[in-house]
Amino acid sequence: MIERFKELKRKAEIEWENFNNSKQIRMLIGAATCGIASGALKVCDSFKKEIKTKKIQCEIYEVGCIGMCYAEPIVEICLPDKRRIMYGNVNEKILPQIIDDVILKNNPRIDLALCTTGEMKIPGIKQITELPMLNKQQRIVLRNAGIIDPVNINHYIARDGYSALLKAFTITPADVIKEVKDSMLRGRGGAGFHTGVKWEIARNTESDIKYIICNADEGDPGAFMDRAVLESDPHSVLEGMIIAAYAVGTRNGYIYVRAEYPLAVKRLKIAIEQAYNLGFLGRDIMGSGFDFEIEIKEGAGAFVCGEETALIASIEGRRGMPSSRPPFPAVCGLHKKPTVINNVETFANVPWIIQKGADTFAQLGTTKSKGTKVFALAGKVKHTGLIEVPMGITLKEVIYDIGGGIPNNKRLKAVQTGGPSGGCIPAELMDLKVDYEELTKAGSIMGSGGMIVLDEDTCIVDIARYFLEFTNNESCGKCIPCRIGSVHLLQYLTAITQGNASLSYIDKLEELSETIRLCSLCGLGQTLPNPVLSTIKYFRNEYEAHIKEKHCQALVCKDLIEYFIDIDKCTGCNLCFKICPVNAITGELKQVHSIDSKKCIRCGQCLDVCPTKVSAVKKGVCKN
Amino acid sequence: MLIREPKGFDGLDQGQVDGSKMNFQEIFKKYKPERDSLIPLLQEIQKNQGYISRESLKEIAKYIDVSENDIYGVATFFAQFRFTKPGDHIINICLGTACHVRGGQRIYEDVCNYLGIKSGETTKDYKFSLLRVACFGSCALAPVVVIDNNVYGRMTPQMVRKLLDEI
Repeated sequence: MIERFKELKRKAEIEWENFNNSKQIRMLIGAATCGIASGALKVCDSFKKEIKTKKIQCEIYEVGCIGMCYAEPIVEICLPDKRRIMYGNVNEKILPQIIDDVILKNNPRIDLALCTTGEMKIPGIKQITELPMLNKQQRIVLRNAGIIDPVNINHYIARDGYSALLKAFTITPADVIKEVKDSMLRGRGGAGFHTGVKWEIARNTESDIKYIICNADEGDPGAFMDRAVLESDPHSVLEGMIIAAYAVGTRNGYIYVRAEYPLAVKRLKIAIEQAYNLGFLGRDIMGSGFDFEIEIKEGAGAFVCGEETALIASIEGRRGMPSSRPPFPAVCGLHKKPTVINNVETFANVPWIIQKGADTFAQLGTTKSKGTKVFALAGKVKHTGLIEVPMGITLKEVIYDIGGGIPNNKRLKAVQTGGPSGGCIPAELMDLKVDYEELTKAGSIMGSGGMIVLDEDTCIVDIARYFLEFTNNESCGKCIPCRIGSVHLLQYLTAITQGNASLSYIDKLEELSETIRLCSLCGLGQTLPNPVLSTIKYFRNEYEAHIKEKHCQALVCKDLIEYFIDIDKCTGCNLCFKICPVNAITGELKQVHSIDSKKCIRCGQCLDVCPTKVSAVKKGVCKN
Repeated sequence: MLIREPKGFDGLDQGQVDGSKMNFQEIFKKYKPERDSLIPLLQEIQKNQGYISRESLKEIAKYIDVSENDIYGVATFFAQFRFTKPGDHIINICLGTACHVRGGQRIYEDVCNYLGIKSGETTKDYKFSLLRVACFGSCALAPVVVIDNNVYGRMTPQMVRKLLDEI
């Protein structure tokens, strides 16, 4: 067994060594979904054309996501003298400059560079570890993201991949479970149940068949951690699953992945194929006598299927509706057999824990929340992207040090964590430590790791209404508190944003929220009032302003605002007149324009096109 | 007033015969005749003919021995499945949290105005179908629009109009 693996590892290391120390010039481009959405493939194509016309010998590799999505597309140039420089926001204008100066003239273009990545330093360019976005991060789950070629299993093996699996085979399944229990790893999907305990329950339940399911149905709006892990390092998830299967004693595994993530599905399929070919999956894995198969199941677009019993129903070909627990799936799950369901990020942690030991893992984090957590940092923050930080870091550090603060000199208003099940934490509480307990205490939850930063231009009531609209749509309809309750919460909130509410609505919202929380069947219903309760708790004055003064401070709620043209500033350029989709703007060229508030649909396009030098179009509180 | 999301399930199509051209046996060969295969079967059929026709429901019902009614119940539960013929190009507008905060709703409303359709509908010439989706997981590039599986980030209403004009 060990000999066979050593041979594979030796080959992989040679390939990795060649990849890193090649005398050839190499270009690495981040080609996860966010890179591609920013035009990475276009950049890649023009790069290919340029090097062809200029007759440059250069190898091109598509790698995963390093997490700095704000700077995508990111290109890394590796020169034969081992200098490696990363350039951000590369477009067709910058690309020829990089090729001419960096590759041909040996000028590293300090002005364009983001950072250096190799050991070789270049004066004037920061090293990647010195970048503020990265130096507070601690990467366990994202250990390979953006560094390896995700569709090359040898890169993974060379970076200690599958070594943890081999180590696990040398100890008993019970010892593997003990190690995971000692690490105090908790489920990263949201609820935070102890992973080792779950495995132990399934192991101790007697049954001829058991199942392992990887939950990659990442439905939270505003979260993309699982997508990034699957796209950038799929083997770490597979290895975690195989170790779990060995510990629990099963040979059947499923990965339930969202259909909205086509690239993740594609890369997973390739990874599974490679793992079968090298003998990490299938019969008699690495000669250990242990068999394990993995099959991909694609989700069909239902948020509630992230809930484990609903997920099981959907795999069984039924409507994805949750059922009451207990019995928990670890005892009676898929086809009524013991089933362990863990999140993508949880599985990706497992190989690291087995490899480095439970103690090393448990040294990170707080008393009850160990290790690290991956967050998808988005919204009104400068450095949007994917980050992994030790538990217990403060929100302030995440938003200002890693995230770079709020763009356009705006003021921070709140941070939304946990998606539709979470809440808004106000700017005053930015010293809050990020772990399961502290976030729950503040009225939010850890959730799967979405972190949306809200600035002063965000209306808090509108955010609560937004989440209710989402959960109302996604409620499966099985139990009444969630099905009907969400409709009523949404109606109250909509009335408030339209200025048609009375103060008693706030009490009604609170009372109904409590009922829904107590009486709903599954996590979706039990947590759907969180966005409402947390925003009332911290931003009651904004609710009251909407109701009493019909005033939306952030100028978001359409029924409470209007657009108008400053007659002293308007130059009559006609741009707003041309763009208005409902002909609400009147005025001749070179004459002052005006907006008919009755016709106006508040689409805001006139504000967008009004030249910044002029800025005659304004948004204001509705006067009527 | 509460605005309910139109889901595009305005009943089954009546006799559009695209289904008859499908080779169901080819598809069925890949899946075991059991209930567990239901969702993968629906997905594969939709991939092939663009939507779930009445005939395909019948065929699946026969193959896995589950009533047509039951299958329709499962299929309508999931947002992925369509029961009418979609347009040539499918526009998905992301309204996840990050996109919402950064103006996704404005883009959605502008596209509605521009094409004269709402989410779940198709233009009369069958050129475009419009859907609103709650998150594609490209939140760092919000607001995001996905047209025919190509993801476009950092969009504005004007940029989306331009994209649509170019198709």
